[in-house]
Amino acid sequence: MILLKLFWAFLKIGLFTFGGGYAMIPLINAEVVGAGWLSEEGLIDFVAVSESSPGPFAVNIATFVGIRTAGILGGVTATLGVAFPSFIIILIVARFYEAFKSSRTVQGIMTGLRPCVVGMIAYAFHTVAVTLFSNLGHGMTTVTNIEFWFAAVIFAVSLILVLKKVPPIAVIVLCALAGIIVGYVFGI
Amino acid sequence: MNRNLKLFLTFLKIGAFTFGGGYAMIPLIEREAVDKNKWIAKEDMLDITAISESTPGPIAINSATFVGYRVGGFWGAFLATLGVCLPAFLFISVISFIYDSFYETRIVRYAFMGVRAAVLALIVKALVSMYIACPKSLLSYIIMILSYFAVAFLKLNVFITILACAVIGLVYSLIAGRRGHDIT
Repeated sequence: MILLKLFWAFLKIGLFTFGGGYAMIPLINAEVVGAGWLSEEGLIDFVAVSESSPGPFAVNIATFVGIRTAGILGGVTATLGVAFPSFIIILIVARFYEAFKSSRTVQGIMTGLRPCVVGMIAYAFHTVAVTLFSNLGHGMTTVTNIEFWFAAVIFAVSLILVLKKVPPIAVIVLCALAGIIVGYVFGI
Repeated sequence: MNRNLKLFLTFLKIGAFTFGGGYAMIPLIEREAVDKNKWIAKEDMLDITAISESTPGPIAINSATFVGYRVGGFWGAFLATLGVCLPAFLFISVISFIYDSFYETRIVRYAFMGVRAAVLALIVKALVSMYIACPKSLLSYIIMILSYFAVAFLKLNVFITILACAVIGLVYSLIAGRRGHDIT
C-alpha cells in the first residue's frame, strides 16, 4: 500500500540522514527518485523551493512527495516517517545524555560518519551536476549550446555570491530572473 | 501560560522563520530558548548542537525534540517537534497543489533553468562547510574519498555505504584506542 511505502521510504531517509539537508540528496535519489515519485530534475528544483520556504528540508520534501503521491494523508505519513527516527532516538539520547556524550562508541562512529557526510555531499554535487549539464538543450550537449554556457556562467556567479555569504534566497531569486531573461531573449 | 503551550508556540515561530535548513535554526533556538524564555543555559546549546549533529535525522527535528524534552519531558518534546514541522507542512501543502499548474508555464521553466545552477552552487557551499568542519586525519580523508568513490562509481547502495563508514569509524577507534593512539 502506498502509504506504507511512503512511510518506510522516509523512515529510512530520516534514519540515515546525518549532516543536514544536502547530505540527504543521495538518499532521496535512491528512495524517492528510485520509486518514481519524483524526477531527478524535480528533486533539484524542489531543493530550491525548499530553500525559499520555511522549515527543514526534510519536512518540506516529505510533505511535497507525500502529497503528490497520495494526497494529504500521504504528506502526513511521509512527514511522520522522516521525523520518527529523530524523535525516538533523541528521546533516548536526552535521557542518557551524559553517557551518550562520553560514549566512546558514539565518538568512534562519528569519526567514520563525519567524513562520510562529506563524501555524500560530494556525490550530491556529482549527480546534480550531471543532471544539470547533460539534460540541457533537450538532449544536446555541444559546447556551442547556449544553455550549457548559461548554466556554467550562472553556476560560477552563484558560487561567488554564495561563498561571499549572500543569502541563498537572494541567489535563487537572482538566478530565476536570469533564467527568465535569457530564456526569452534567446528563445530557448 | 502553560509551559508546554508556550513551547509549542515558540517552536511554531522558529519553524516559520527558519529558511534553508537546520543549521540556520540553531541561532533562533538559542534566542528563544536561552535568551527569551530561559529554558536552557547557554552552555547547553553547544551540547544540543553537537548532539543534533551526531544523531540521525534532520538537525531541526533533533534540536526541537531535545529542547522540548528538556523543558517539558515527553509532551514537551512532542509539542516542540510538532510546532517546528507545522509551518513547513502547511506551506508546502499549499505549494504542492498549485505546483504543477505553475511548473508547466514557460516563465517558470526558464526560472528553474537558472535556479538549478544556483542549487549546484549551494551544494558546493555545503560541501566546503562540511569539509572544513570535519576533523582531519588520514582516516577521514580515506573515508571521504572512498565513500564518494563507492557511491558515485561503484554504485554501492548509499545506505550500506553510510553503515559501512559508521562501522569503520567504530572499529578504527577501538583499535586505535587499544594502541593508545590519539583518535581524531
